[in-house]
Amino acid sequence: MRAADAHRAILAVWRIEQPRLITSLARMLRDVPLAEELAQDALLAALERWPATGVPEKPGAWLMATAKHRALDHLRRSRMLERKHEMIAWDMEEEEQTMPDLDSALDDDIGDELLRLIFTACHPLLSREARAALALRMICGLTTEEIARAFLLSDATIAQRIVRAKRTLSESGLAYETPRGEELAERLASVLEVVYLIFNEGYAAACGQDWLRPQLCAEALRMGRVLTSIAPHEPEAHGLLALMELNASRAAARTDAAGEPILLLDQNRALWDQLQIRRGMQALGRARELGGARGFYALQAAIIACHAEARAAGNTDWPRIAGFYAELAALVRSPIIELNRAVAVSMAEGPVAGLAIVDCLMREPALKSYHLLPSVRGDLLRKLGRCDEARASFEAAAALAGNKREHDLLKRRAAEAADAAMSS
Amino acid sequence: MKFMFIVKSAHVGPPPPQLMEAMHKLADREIKAGRMLDNGGLMPLATGAQVRIIDGRLSVLDGPFVEAKEVIGGYAVFELQGKEEALASATEFMQLHKDLFPGWEGTCELRAFAPTGP
Repeated sequence: MRAADAHRAILAVWRIEQPRLITSLARMLRDVPLAEELAQDALLAALERWPATGVPEKPGAWLMATAKHRALDHLRRSRMLERKHEMIAWDMEEEEQTMPDLDSALDDDIGDELLRLIFTACHPLLSREARAALALRMICGLTTEEIARAFLLSDATIAQRIVRAKRTLSESGLAYETPRGEELAERLASVLEVVYLIFNEGYAAACGQDWLRPQLCAEALRMGRVLTSIAPHEPEAHGLLALMELNASRAAARTDAAGEPILLLDQNRALWDQLQIRRGMQALGRARELGGARGFYALQAAIIACHAEARAAGNTDWPRIAGFYAELAALVRSPIIELNRAVAVSMAEGPVAGLAIVDCLMREPALKSYHLLPSVRGDLLRKLGRCDEARASFEAAAALAGNKREHDLLKRRAAEAADAAMSS
Repeated sequence: MKFMFIVKSAHVGPPPPQLMEAMHKLADREIKAGRMLDNGGLMPLATGAQVRIIDGRLSVLDGPFVEAKEVIGGYAVFELQGKEEALASATEFMQLHKDLFPGWEGTCELRAFAPTGP
């Protein structure tokens, strides 16, 4: 086996074993950053040893034994060997007598531990970016290099982000526990926000060259599925999973052969992944059963579900979608949601009704440089036959568009509107 | 990347209870980890049939098929980072068979799903 292949094979084993490793260490040490470091040490040991010896029959048990040795060494070296630590060390030496085997490894239900770990990695003390990096590292087992490539940043930037985040966690003296009651809602929101951020980062890059960027979608989905299985009574966790599954179901239909984006209504619906849609609808159903139909993520999922359920673009239930957008707008005041509502209303009731909402938004400072606002406005004006105004709107939108593809598309639409104005 | 695991064996009869239990635990862990999307075991060949085309002619064959050597006993669908992860996962699954079903021989074949789309 070539060294690079061996390396990849070891990382793959690592990804499977890592959650149990890190949660077990965190439980013993009551210190997540330290647990993460020692788990990484065990990985390094495997990378050193396994290329020569081959992957052991029970790699999980090997990694666990190695990590526990490191933890013991650490505690022995530590000058602060308090009574508490002695107790832990004693417990661990006891445990060490019996080498963990694969069966007992499978017996460990790490659900609660993993939830605690996720809450720690996504603590609101940390910036969203830091939470995302830490979650990908500690929950998904991605390496610093993989995270850096996925976010199009340098290794050093991500490494520093992780080191700082871990330091913040260490210095904050956070209790390593699962939040309860009112705190739970706030902390869960902080987790879901990060998972969704990771998903969107991958989704925006679905046509990128590097497979690691779209891979972020898969990692976020994985985290969403983990969350719904270890916190099954949280409706918004199901709502977010539904939203991600339903959005991801369109991955194959979102771009053409040249990588150009295809708008939702123009997509070939035969390419939508029906297994994923079913999973999304199940998760949405679960969110609703739990009383979460009006949640931030569940409402967005409900909108996407309307599209997923329409066999053809023409069958889309726009009045229902406009209704969900109205509920969403009542829940969070966001000009972007309002703009989306305008589109849905225009589809449900006609361009005049949509334009009325868009014109109100033109005074919104937050959307001053948001290219989609004049782009939507241009589209509605074009439908109303007000071609000159439509052209001006598309020109304004093109000037604001951040990426070349969108800029070119808007320029083409401006030119088309200008032609239509000439010939009318 | 999506992978399908197909388990084949010439062995007839149900696996020992310890293996069943271990496989359930493994499946449970894999579902909770968000990797396993779907799985299932298949009933013996006698419950099935084959529709074949040979020499341009359609024919229906009812089971059992005496010439069959390895028979598909079950499958699972995974969402994984890549082939290395699929190999690690399949190896873990087969190690359970090695440990808990002495004498059993068989294959776990893993195949990537063909990409859909343009």
